[in-house]
Amino acid sequence: MFTRWSAAVAAAILLSSPALLEGASAADKPTDPQIAHIAYTAGVIDINAAKQAQKRAKSKDVKAFAEDMLRDHEAVNKQALALVKKLNVTPEDNDTSKALSKQASDKLAELDKLDGAAFDKAYVANEVAYHKAVNGALETQLIPSASNAELKSLLQTGLKIFQGHQQHAEHVAAELK
Amino acid sequence: MPERLASIAIALVLAAMVTPAHAATIEITMENLEISPADVTAKVGDTINWINKDVFAHTATAKNGDFDVTLPPKKSATSVLKKAGAIDYYCRYHPNMKATLKVEP
Repeated sequence: MFTRWSAAVAAAILLSSPALLEGASAADKPTDPQIAHIAYTAGVIDINAAKQAQKRAKSKDVKAFAEDMLRDHEAVNKQALALVKKLNVTPEDNDTSKALSKQASDKLAELDKLDGAAFDKAYVANEVAYHKAVNGALETQLIPSASNAELKSLLQTGLKIFQGHQQHAEHVAAELK
Repeated sequence: MPERLASIAIALVLAAMVTPAHAATIEITMENLEISPADVTAKVGDTINWINKDVFAHTATAKNGDFDVTLPPKKSATSVLKKAGAIDYYCRYHPNMKATLKVEP
């Protein structure tokens, strides 16, 4: 149920305007080209958040965390691009990707108003929530829906990486308190 | 040149003699965000050869501070075990990667 899934992700990740949910695809579940697009978009979002953090963060731990996110998500997305090329799949934009991007740009704008310790806290809290939401979507929808074995396997590696990031973010958040 | 071969042979024998008999090299691999084997028993003086097969950087960080090895993507590193004890270690970048190293005296 792609519609329901979009709504669930949106509820978890978007926390915002219900209008965003309305255009969701009527397809039963996301197709591989859509899954590839969503996964890649989710990576780009965290890369952009990390780039912002590199500029605005104050704490050494938060800066280091942002660098780790940048490095890992770039590595995952590089693998994703290599895979779609190999499989001759064109990632297909879809309403979930669009909703994710919209929410992410709103979040970037919101965090851009913060500085120093306030930024550090807000960025790390969002990293915890964001990875949690993406992991939930990977586990319950994206991985089960993926039909290509290599795509499924890459998503499974991604899940382990992002679960690691979530724990890392939780650790950094605890240290900031 | 038999003489040269002989001296190389002697050098090798001498080199073997200065290495303590029990010292071993143990390989621990990180692949697909998993540490394997996850439970290793070694002895003080043994060398751990950490092998990172992932495209991601990892670390082997002892909870008790005994070691903290950084492993760039697709690289390996070695460390010599100096202290006995059961050491829990993890990857700082992905704390869900956890394992135990038991070092016997």
